[in-house]
Amino acid sequence: MLDRFLTRRTFLHRISMVVLGSLCMPFLSSCGKERAEDFLQKHFLEMTTEEKEILINRLEERYFKKYGKKFNLSIQEAIPNTLWGYGLDLSRCIGCRRCVYGCVEENNCSREKPQSQWIRVIRLKKGSLINLENSEHYYNPDTVPEKDFIYIPVQCQQCENPPCVKVCPVHATWKEPDGMIVVDYNWCIGCRYCITACPYRGRVFNWADPNVPTDKWNLSIHYLGNRPRMRNIVEKCTFCVQRVRRGRYPACVEVCPTGSRKFGNLLDPQSEIRYVIQNKRTFRLKEDLNTEPKFYYFFEA
Amino acid sequence: MGFNLLGLPMHKFLHLLILFLFLGPLSSTFPQQLQEEFPVPPPPFSEGIYPCSQCHASMEINRKKRILNEHTHIKLRHAETLRWCLDCHSPGNRDKLRLYSGELIDFERSYLLCGECHGNVFKDWKAGIHGKRQGYFTGGKRTYLLCVHCHDAHSPQIKPIKPEPPPFAPKDKRNVR
Repeated sequence: MLDRFLTRRTFLHRISMVVLGSLCMPFLSSCGKERAEDFLQKHFLEMTTEEKEILINRLEERYFKKYGKKFNLSIQEAIPNTLWGYGLDLSRCIGCRRCVYGCVEENNCSREKPQSQWIRVIRLKKGSLINLENSEHYYNPDTVPEKDFIYIPVQCQQCENPPCVKVCPVHATWKEPDGMIVVDYNWCIGCRYCITACPYRGRVFNWADPNVPTDKWNLSIHYLGNRPRMRNIVEKCTFCVQRVRRGRYPACVEVCPTGSRKFGNLLDPQSEIRYVIQNKRTFRLKEDLNTEPKFYYFFEA
Repeated sequence: MGFNLLGLPMHKFLHLLILFLFLGPLSSTFPQQLQEEFPVPPPPFSEGIYPCSQCHASMEINRKKRILNEHTHIKLRHAETLRWCLDCHSPGNRDKLRLYSGELIDFERSYLLCGECHGNVFKDWKAGIHGKRQGYFTGGKRTYLLCVHCHDAHSPQIKPIKPEPPPFAPKDKRNVR
């Protein structure tokens, strides 16, 4: 009797759904609760406030279980009328790499196996500054600065026209209203297109779970910034989103022993970065690529 | 008087002119920048050396440039041919520094003394560009560092330091799982 009402098309449709469902069952039941939660999590920008609250509790609980520390996860949004900009005085940078390790400590980067660093200090011979291909970042002299060399710390340049955002196939990375390029680590699929697209080598692939000494965790974390990352995602400098949205200088600015690093709001005429742009000779890396970085290098005039 | 300037008789105009000529510079020399305050941590004294007056109060003032028996760790490399201790340190009160004008200032405000020669750098420092700032740039405390926190006042050139280790090469053992 029933067969009379069942067309061939609906029969195939239903049977395929049943087969698909039964194929999924072992997968969903075998994977842990954590992975199922992650799998069902929405994109960060599409979450409602309640969903974000649940997310915070879930992640804090999970980090407590995994690392034995009470993290303070923030999802603070961009402050209105801000556009963060960075200045770096090349005539004063001595290439001591304090910023690299200050950044690593602040942002809970993996210390070794694998090592992950968001700042790369490159060394160039004076007189061949244009040839970034001739730069070296493994330099290791007894003391710095060395004669005849200049040092350029490079990190994410927070472009206004970011190529990494354009290539992301799943929109896991985007530009925030205050100009910072951030990654939703839970949404990232680890395809590394963005690493290829970035002309500054500003992005880092996380090859393994972070390897951080237990007493070295920075407990003040931001969802889009320095929370402990999972493996197989892409991470990057966010100008210390967890700090600057509270009005605090980024970690690399505070740790620099020569005071070469300057930070401020590009929309505020009284800010330090505006003073730099108005009074110093500034340039940006690879301006010809039209990426419009918000990272200004300058020389003392 | 036959002619007048600015609608004023000649003698009144001259009065005004003299008034401006004398009072103009006076008002501009009024120390506006001295009223600005910058939050700085305490100056980096060598241990046990301050207050200086604990030794110097009972000593006679000797302005002669000579080799000192005390303060042997100080090597003056700061325009040393032109300068001697009492150009910056006040002879009368050793716990103070002395500006060119003769005004005495605390060591906490030594940036005024440095700014007398290094005007451009002082301008940048006040704007927050030269030197290091710490803390909060909005909604909190922003700390300036004094010039002497980074530059030794007696030999201000920055000394070379040891760099942190370079990143591991991709195939380094410490980098591979």
